[in-house]
Amino acid sequence: MYGNDFGEPLNAAETADYADAVQEYFDGLIGADQRIEPRDAMPDGYRRTLIRQIAQHAHSEIIGMQPEGNWITRAPSLRRKAILMAKVQDEAGHGLYLYSAAETLGVDRAELLDKLHSGQQKYSSIFNYPTLTWADVGAIGWLVDGAAIMNQVPLCRCSYGPYARAMIRVCKEESFHQRQGFEILWTLSRGTEEQQAMAQDAADRWWWPSLMMFGPPDTGDAAAPGGHTEQNMAWGIKRFTNDDLRQKFVDMTVPQAQKLGLVLPDPDLRWNDERGHWDFGAIDWDEFWRVLKGDGPCNEQRLAHRRRAHDEGAWVREAANAHAARQAARQEVA
Amino acid sequence: MSDNWPLWEVFVRAKRGLAHVHAGSLHAPDAELALRNARDLYTRRQEGVSIWVIRSQDITASSPDERDSFFDPAGDKVYRHASFYEVPEDVEYL
Repeated sequence: MYGNDFGEPLNAAETADYADAVQEYFDGLIGADQRIEPRDAMPDGYRRTLIRQIAQHAHSEIIGMQPEGNWITRAPSLRRKAILMAKVQDEAGHGLYLYSAAETLGVDRAELLDKLHSGQQKYSSIFNYPTLTWADVGAIGWLVDGAAIMNQVPLCRCSYGPYARAMIRVCKEESFHQRQGFEILWTLSRGTEEQQAMAQDAADRWWWPSLMMFGPPDTGDAAAPGGHTEQNMAWGIKRFTNDDLRQKFVDMTVPQAQKLGLVLPDPDLRWNDERGHWDFGAIDWDEFWRVLKGDGPCNEQRLAHRRRAHDEGAWVREAANAHAARQAARQEVA
Repeated sequence: MSDNWPLWEVFVRAKRGLAHVHAGSLHAPDAELALRNARDLYTRRQEGVSIWVIRSQDITASSPDERDSFFDPAGDKVYRHASFYEVPEDVEYL
């Protein structure tokens, strides 16, 4: 679908004149809102940023299979089970689209997986929270995928062509994820008292971590030191600030919560007529950083499971190689 | 004579941001000439900004007569589409 472009990266040379020429060429494309494609010369910082971001995004997709995968055997009906399997398959597919896009930048996916396994590269901290009840599967679809879509739709216009094209495909597929999540909660919210309470409990636990998915604020005390928002916007990698996207998400979600009869766990949540937006309370950024740095409820479990799956799959990869080698040898004889 | 030249498949990117799309094929003795011939054959009116060529024999394709059984696994999974899910009509942004 993307394909690597074949041949040496064009900015292999390292003279100052060359670097200036690359910058000028690149700035010209970005200035004209053109897409950067794999064989274009690009500043090293742009390439590094994209590799890091796309890798982290890919890692999030495949780690994201775990919290939902937990419920496949316990889904309440065959219909729900088939749907959940289709969704987890989609997450795997999204991870593969993204690793493929990252590879157009000259990295190898085995290397990216190694970095995930060794903790050198991160994944979205949302997946370090546990899925305690069936309603959590609904909340993940509705809130977590809803937030992901909010983040991903602008990425369809990202300046890097292969990433943008991957995101178009991902976004198309994500819309089913969000709707099925809403449908689960919509069903529970019209069910027994216990089912309604289960839906409310899931909303209580997933609301704040979902707001954290947009990342730290762009300005103010809680902003990430050395944040990249400004540079990434100049590069056309990012189209909106974290805070803008978070506000859009809140504005979209509050009426949906009302429809579901759920109370979002924020006493400061109220409509602000003047701003034309929903005001919401302060986010616990200490929790965000704690979870990101490895101290969330499930960090160890997620990585351990991922490593185990990789190690236990080694024989499959070896067998496939052995089969291909034998086929090739047979063809040579014939 | 071109009878001995291998067949190449040509993929053209119409503009930045779009993927390379299959345009057709041609015969050429090597990759370099295939690329130049592809330019002359498929982009005479500036239809593209980038071209890939690949030896046709290096492409593995699914077989048309296996189409039904090959794609069948997705046939009964209508729940992969968002329209499968019933949600109230007056909820926006779903």
